[in-house]
Amino acid sequence: MPVYLDHAATTPISSEALAALTRELARTGNPSSLHGSGRRARRSVEDARETIATAAGAHPSEVIFTSGGTESDNLAVKGLYWSRVSEDPARRRILCSAVEHHAVLDTVEWLERHEGAAVTWLPVDGMGVVDLEVLAAELSRDPESIALVTVMWANNEVGTVQPIRRIVELSHAAGVPVHSDAVQALGSLPVDFKASGLDAMSVSAHKIGGPVGVGALLLGRAVKLTPVQHGGGQERDVRSGTLDTASIAAFAAAAEAATERLTEESGRMAALRDKLIDGVLERVPEAVLRGAPGEGRLPGNAHFTFPGCEGDSLLFLLDLAGVESSTGSACTAGVPRPSHVLLAMGLDEETARGAQRFTLGHASTEADVDALLAALPGAYARARQAGMAGHESSIQTAGTVARQAASGRS
Amino acid sequence: MSGGVDSAVAAARAVEAGHDVVGVHLALSRMPGTLRTGSRGCCTIEDSRDAWRACDVLGIPYYVWDFSERFKEDVVQDFIDEYAAGRTPNPCMRCNERIKFAALLEKAIALGFDAVCTGHYAKVITDAEGNPELHRAADWAKDQSYVLGVLTHEQLKHSMFPLADTPSKAEVRAEAERRGLSVANKPDSHDICFIPDGDTAGWLAEKIDMTTGDIVDETGAKVGEHPGANAFTVGQRRGLKLGTPAADGKPRFVLEIRPKENKVVVGPQSLLAIDEIRGIKVSWAGLPIAEIATGAEFDCYAQVRAHGDPVLATARMVAGADSEQLLVTLTDPLRGVAPGQTIVLYQGSRVLGQATIDAARSLQRAEL
Repeated sequence: MPVYLDHAATTPISSEALAALTRELARTGNPSSLHGSGRRARRSVEDARETIATAAGAHPSEVIFTSGGTESDNLAVKGLYWSRVSEDPARRRILCSAVEHHAVLDTVEWLERHEGAAVTWLPVDGMGVVDLEVLAAELSRDPESIALVTVMWANNEVGTVQPIRRIVELSHAAGVPVHSDAVQALGSLPVDFKASGLDAMSVSAHKIGGPVGVGALLLGRAVKLTPVQHGGGQERDVRSGTLDTASIAAFAAAAEAATERLTEESGRMAALRDKLIDGVLERVPEAVLRGAPGEGRLPGNAHFTFPGCEGDSLLFLLDLAGVESSTGSACTAGVPRPSHVLLAMGLDEETARGAQRFTLGHASTEADVDALLAALPGAYARARQAGMAGHESSIQTAGTVARQAASGRS
Repeated sequence: MSGGVDSAVAAARAVEAGHDVVGVHLALSRMPGTLRTGSRGCCTIEDSRDAWRACDVLGIPYYVWDFSERFKEDVVQDFIDEYAAGRTPNPCMRCNERIKFAALLEKAIALGFDAVCTGHYAKVITDAEGNPELHRAADWAKDQSYVLGVLTHEQLKHSMFPLADTPSKAEVRAEAERRGLSVANKPDSHDICFIPDGDTAGWLAEKIDMTTGDIVDETGAKVGEHPGANAFTVGQRRGLKLGTPAADGKPRFVLEIRPKENKVVVGPQSLLAIDEIRGIKVSWAGLPIAEIATGAEFDCYAQVRAHGDPVLATARMVAGADSEQLLVTLTDPLRGVAPGQTIVLYQGSRVLGQATIDAARSLQRAEL
């Protein structure tokens, strides 16, 4: 079995969630149907809604089920923007942190390109923390023209936790609603929707031990949102579509288990993370920890840049050694690009290319960290060699033969 | 792996032969297009996904390696510079020489791999001492040894071409189908990958300053005007728009481009026949044959285009101004030979080596 250190990408399904999923998948019933089968399905969904509300510090009616974090982010950002613009057409500004997940980043960029939004990217410091002075300054400048503020709870790449309470206080003082992507925070940090004061918050099941394909948007009861997808009017008419009873039940089971174990598990993970960080810095002194230290970062996140090598090469060599990690930044089928998060934190492209993220989960053990620490020095040395390659070729080519022949004569 | 059927089947055969194989897709542009259009272009996201899917089926890892900067410098810019200097380059050869079997190979070796395996139709035969020889593929119609003729001894030692002995492309497609590779019926790619619409002249016009100049005939008399000499290729007939008809009424062809004078020289087809070629930047595909060191003349076949017919020739190495040069005398004259093109020499199926054509001489024209 490989050593899995990519829990921020997705984490194994919990036994509680798996049991709920298989139990519900075997049953029939649309929660919107009025007969017995429908009532039974509805009961499961509403039980789950209450469980998730409790886990996230929200009222059950504030839970809007979606297909996951990306949909929740789209719904929150587009929905808030459209609703606020419909109230006042001059209200087109979006204040968005520069280190958002692509689900928010690309949504905001889309609104800028197609819907007339004027975007201000809120800068972050070297640790990845949003600059509150810039936020305050932006909020004081014609607050009536601001549609929304969106800042993630904790960063998916470098693990930095944002001062959400302060961001909400500042924004609300200016009368501006706030959305936060809390996909990485839920299950790792104490997340309380009500106490945070947020107007909208995105969460996802598969990052906390639930199945992929289900999530929720927590939406304040007074917050008006223009729907993105239309249909049968489910979920307060904000998110139409037949509810996925089995996934929702499994999400609730995972959320309940994760919050029950939260204090104990986050302490255990933070200790394991610190062992990992210390071990990496000891074995590869050139490595640089990115993101905030200690309490300022997610308990399961360790993120480094390794000078002189490409994250891809390191990932490949660690994979070969049976350790699964991530470069941290999204790359689908296109060209690997340096992370926008690291660039926003002030790193240059070359340094950003050497990024590697190790993320722990409930199943992670000391042995996993030991396996990484054993494999890393060799992998780094080799990746660094490969990083040097490709600048000036040492392979003899027709071109070098010709140059050698020419210089041999002159 | 380009995302095409050849590299997918090559990878499959390498896996089957027991090698530890990793699929690598070269990103040659930072801004890949999303979808492929017909047989043109490459490196779209769809191509990348096709390569990835093939790796999934083969159960091997898949990575995208970004060589876009190197490609831009070593292949695209070289292509532009060569045309600007009035020569006709072969970008696929540059890519093999400097990217696939150099930058990529070097990174692979550093990561612990032994060789680069591609879907080229060509064959490497290694002798008892471990010295590689490059040979034509079994299917001469698909043979790609010409574009690999630029590989050196060291590069060939780290090259694998598993499609070497495949009797035909149809066979490769059938094999892909059998192996469950979804690219079995994907169209072949043609043309230059970084000019997706295939309009080389239009693409070049945006990169090179074009100045109108004279078109002259073989005697030096002006017969027309051109919008910029660099977009012309030796052997070209269309698009000359000559005002003055030739005395014999026969069509005229581009014989020569003189970038310094911004002139295009045209003449009858008979003057296109080239009898002698002088090559520079010579390299040998494996160990050079004995005549190279002695300067003795040797018989061979010469080929100047990827799919041109080889012609009988004699060749020898001579001392040039600042490096060794290759002199080739063609027994059967070749038409449309342009400076900048590559001449590849063969003996039987074996590739001896190559040179960049520096000068091409027509005996008939020399007598004028």
